[in-house]
Amino acid sequence: MKKWNLIIDVAECTNCNLCTLATQDEYVGNQWPGVAAEMPKHGHRWIDIKRRERGQPPLVDVAYLPVMCQHCDDAPCIKAAENGAVTKRDDGIVIIDPEKSVGQRQIMEACPYGVVFWNEEKNIPQAWPFDAHLLDAGWEEPRAATACPTGAFRALKVEDSEMRRIRAEQGLEELEPGAATKPRVFYKNLHRFTKCVVAGSVAGEINGVEECLGGATVTLIKGGDVVARCETDAFGDFKIDRLDPASGGYTVKVAHEGFAAHSIEFELGDSVTLGTIRLSPG
Amino acid sequence: MRFSRFSLILLGLKMVLRYCAWRYEAFAARLAEVNFTAQMQTADGSEGRWFRFADGHLESGAGVDPEAEVVLSFKDARIAAQLLMPPVDFQEQIDALKDFKLKMEGPDELTSWFTRTLLATQTIGWKYGIPQADGGVRYTSMTNGGPVLVYVKDGKIQRLTPITFDETDAAPWTISARGRQYTPPRKTTLAPHGQNYKSIIYSPDRCLYPMKRVDFDVGGERNPQNRGVSGYERITWDEALDIVAGEIKRMKRDHGPGAIASSHGSHHTWGNIGYYLSANFRFMNAIGHTEVHHNPDSWEGWYWGASHHWGYSLRVGQCESYGTVEDCLKNCEMIVFWAANPEATSGAYGAFEGTVRRQWLKSSGIKIVHIDPYFNDTAQFLGGKWIAPKPTTSPALGIALAYVWITEDLYDKEFVATRTKGFEKWRAYILGDDDGTPKTPEWAAIETGVPAREIRALAREWGTKRTYLGAGGWGTGHGGACRNATGIQWARVCVCLMAMQGLGKPGINFGNLQWGTPIDLNFYFPGYAEGGMSGDLEHTAMAVELFQRMPQLPTMNTASQQIPRLFFPEAILEGKAEGYMWDGKTIEAQFTKIVYPKPGQALVRMLYKYGGSAIATMPDTNRWVAAYRSANLEFVVNQSIWMEGEAKFADVILPACTNFERFDISEWAGLGGYAHHGQMQLNHRVIVFQHKCIEPLGESHSDFEIFNDISKRLGLSAYFSEGMTELDWVKRQFDATEMSKFISWSEFIRKGYYVVPAEREELRAPTSWRWFAEGRKKDVPEPHPLPGDYTEEYLKGLQTQSGLIEFDCESLKRFDAEDPERPPVVRYTPGFEGPRDAARFAKYPLHLLTPHPRYSFHTQGDGKDSFINDIPDHRVLIEGHYYWIIRLNADDAAARRLETGDLAKVYNDRGAVICAVQVTNRLAAGVVHGYESSAIYQPLGEPGRSVDIGGCLNLLSPKRSQIKQAHSMSSSSALVEIEAWDGNPDFVSESYEAARASEVPLAGPRP
Repeated sequence: MKKWNLIIDVAECTNCNLCTLATQDEYVGNQWPGVAAEMPKHGHRWIDIKRRERGQPPLVDVAYLPVMCQHCDDAPCIKAAENGAVTKRDDGIVIIDPEKSVGQRQIMEACPYGVVFWNEEKNIPQAWPFDAHLLDAGWEEPRAATACPTGAFRALKVEDSEMRRIRAEQGLEELEPGAATKPRVFYKNLHRFTKCVVAGSVAGEINGVEECLGGATVTLIKGGDVVARCETDAFGDFKIDRLDPASGGYTVKVAHEGFAAHSIEFELGDSVTLGTIRLSPG
Repeated sequence: MRFSRFSLILLGLKMVLRYCAWRYEAFAARLAEVNFTAQMQTADGSEGRWFRFADGHLESGAGVDPEAEVVLSFKDARIAAQLLMPPVDFQEQIDALKDFKLKMEGPDELTSWFTRTLLATQTIGWKYGIPQADGGVRYTSMTNGGPVLVYVKDGKIQRLTPITFDETDAAPWTISARGRQYTPPRKTTLAPHGQNYKSIIYSPDRCLYPMKRVDFDVGGERNPQNRGVSGYERITWDEALDIVAGEIKRMKRDHGPGAIASSHGSHHTWGNIGYYLSANFRFMNAIGHTEVHHNPDSWEGWYWGASHHWGYSLRVGQCESYGTVEDCLKNCEMIVFWAANPEATSGAYGAFEGTVRRQWLKSSGIKIVHIDPYFNDTAQFLGGKWIAPKPTTSPALGIALAYVWITEDLYDKEFVATRTKGFEKWRAYILGDDDGTPKTPEWAAIETGVPAREIRALAREWGTKRTYLGAGGWGTGHGGACRNATGIQWARVCVCLMAMQGLGKPGINFGNLQWGTPIDLNFYFPGYAEGGMSGDLEHTAMAVELFQRMPQLPTMNTASQQIPRLFFPEAILEGKAEGYMWDGKTIEAQFTKIVYPKPGQALVRMLYKYGGSAIATMPDTNRWVAAYRSANLEFVVNQSIWMEGEAKFADVILPACTNFERFDISEWAGLGGYAHHGQMQLNHRVIVFQHKCIEPLGESHSDFEIFNDISKRLGLSAYFSEGMTELDWVKRQFDATEMSKFISWSEFIRKGYYVVPAEREELRAPTSWRWFAEGRKKDVPEPHPLPGDYTEEYLKGLQTQSGLIEFDCESLKRFDAEDPERPPVVRYTPGFEGPRDAARFAKYPLHLLTPHPRYSFHTQGDGKDSFINDIPDHRVLIEGHYYWIIRLNADDAAARRLETGDLAKVYNDRGAVICAVQVTNRLAAGVVHGYESSAIYQPLGEPGRSVDIGGCLNLLSPKRSQIKQAHSMSSSSALVEIEAWDGNPDFVSESYEAARASEVPLAGPRP
């Protein structure tokens, strides 16, 4: 049985919001019986986009994370619902019935991803229904995927076994708490949002003038083990990614031919920019 | 009675009218609208036929009815037959009108009805759109953000989507580069301000009925001092149109030519016939108006600066960009995005077409550098090195790059020797030979805040790699740093830098993959700047091609007076203003001074405003508030779709509909004029029939119909409309293009769009500048410069006097070699609004950047209850109000005890705007960021004397022109202070008070 899955590449999301806008366009002012009641014109972002900035200027990066109903196979909202108000379709899509769900706030509260919205006017919980009514009418993908200009959204209707293979092959991850709910939305490059970076610029004097030191070796050490190693670029900059937040003490060693090696110790809370590391002649 | 061809045609006409009434209910209903008799005849009355419309019945007979209310007469029967025989030959028809062979007499209401009814026999049976399984219909339309499929059911728009091409649509192009094949997807993209359209069509802020300010009495007290405060009451269309037509006549009668000013925004809802350059220009020319003359608002530095180095005046100083996507992907090693954020601004009109190309860039191995005080969206997307000069200091950074290149021998000496002129003077300035200051990286570091070592590193990378300079959103300029106090310097420096690196050699060019796709550029379809139905050969690009293809009555403004737009308030309040021309025909046209008033013309007392964007987009806009509240403006009419911006300062509001509620035709990003071949931003050329998807909401009318209805009251209807509806004009434009060779009209209006096939690889336009670099004649398909502007042979060299890139500009030497603000060799002069202005800087230490907005398009898409208001990076909802966003660095925020989500007062002596704080690391300390172009102006108390919670940050920007001898806004940077807002609504704006105090009451008759 082929089922719907969504793959989102965090590295390709620019926060253009077209996924959100296309979804508003589809559901505001329109009701799709059995799939969704009208979405309120404001206040709901069935596809929301979260921002994460890492580092300090001028060595920063910014990632965006689109989040929406994860269409979990083991969905807490289905368990929380009474009289079958939330159902799982054969194709994997989770639907909150707009009529049966009236007054059932616990459906919204049960969602660990915080992606179910409360419609005050209609007194119902609402979430992104994967545009099931369009897929049923023969559309090839949900509107968010069509609208996305970078291809960051990819909707796939495949066997679960095939999806497991794709997950492993592409290193896809789930949002927390993931395994507990078995979501059908998977993320590529999620580290851009969840992990930390350490960055810095390496400089030194050459012929009495301060220069960027490209080609310097930067080694990141934790507890005596080398965690990562990289070279600085032409601007003397380096960036080491995929570090766990609040992961404790690290040492950065910087070495460049003609200069004395230099070490900096730091405690990693959130992403950190070490600023300009000036090497002394050696 | 002889049966001439004319008589037979008239007889046939009767039968066609009767057939249509029998066949089409709508046509029968139309015939029931009026009771009168129309006569068609030869001038001498020897042949003719009368048509009597009575309670929906048509009677007709041969001969002449002397009682006919409408008489359409032809000089003789031969001419009549020639003009009436379908298909209509518009050249013949227009010539017959001009030569008085064809005349129309009768009341405008009836003549207009009659000609439209005759034409409706042709159009009544047309079938539009594609029926859908659910009983709805799929139509098409075009927005500023891209084409859309429009799903309509039960008279209501269900959804808007971009277009996914079907199997019959043309295949795209492929570029082979670096061992890979690059092909864009077979679909269109859509900008946020396009995707949100449903929300603003059905906005509660729509102007749905004609309205009048409650305390405005056209025959009594007008209370201009209450503009912006008084509410409105609904009036009928007849009342509204009578007031407007009456005021037009009174202005001319009491004051003479020039008393009516016309002012439109820089953009409009899309469509070649309904655009401001089309119907609006035709109408305004027909009544005669003082033109509120635009400054080149997004191109400032390029027009007033770069054009002196390389020409390209017909591109407003930005250069050609043909073939650069292919050249860049094949040959370039590094791109420098300088004040360039195409991911946010879509170039202009380009949706996300460039995005896929920049994804190719991302994976190509080409190095990327971003120079921008803000870590912008393109930097976020692509990564690369971010260099953040302090605002307005980019010219110093560029000059220091040249220093490194000269002192380390990293420039193309052969190119400089053979393709440029005046290098030795630039070199002398760079090295400090002429002023004692070598422009070292250390010198620039102090100005820019960028470490000298990074400037050196950038210079060495650039000087040793084949590099594209992506300047501004288009890569050839536009937006960004060209709109601040040193914008002219920056654009000039950009040209000089590329002139040192061999501009045009493989991999060395201007561009950031936004422009320069290998599409078919020979297929003709007019852009909006070609003026549609304007008949205006002076102020549109119509003369180039459209006028010949689509003959129409020419129009000309009789009141040639102009007001430089940036100083419109001074013109109203003080009765005088000066500026310089935006006229791209030659480099030198910009040296022409505009002086208002023009000798012998009347001072402006009436404003015909089109929309309400000035307070959001023009600098130091409390001046506008003061001008609107002045008695010198006796009458303000605003023709607007929405109640937004300064629409609420109008005395009468005429409700216009959106382009989804009227017919039109257009090409996506088809600009024409100053942005010739603007479709090069796109992956596919898409030409769209813009269906009238729904009926106009409320009592709103299309702009065309509003103008026509006023024209009827001035006896101008036949001249304005040529007897046609806008649908007729749309068909007329279709017939004037190459479209009909490739798609039938019936298929076009059914399917709604046509994709122009990609160019064959061997016929693609050559790479821009290659001809220049290789010393050949110009070979790109750009009809610029005008032949007289070549110095040697036609097509040989540039538009400059020498034909070379001039470091030492001959045009500036001729105009004013001693101008310290714009010397012939570009020099760095620090921005006037910065640390050099110590007193101001002490009070207002934060440098506010106000770039073009990301989600809205100028004021389009913002406010109006739009979906876009819910985007957390556009506005933030706090206590029931959507506030504009101000972004601050964490240190600046902490120093002011501000956190994300706080309300803060952003202010200086010009005004105060309450914004929602967003703390970010995308800015260095001392720099704050908020977009220009809020659609909402919402003073909390008396306009001009209270804080604005709408978000109009241009209330804070300087009105000063970048240089005195130009008309160039410097508004994208201003000094401000920010503090937590205590809720106090009051604020003293020195700009407002000074403007009020400057008011000189106009003499002469008062209403």
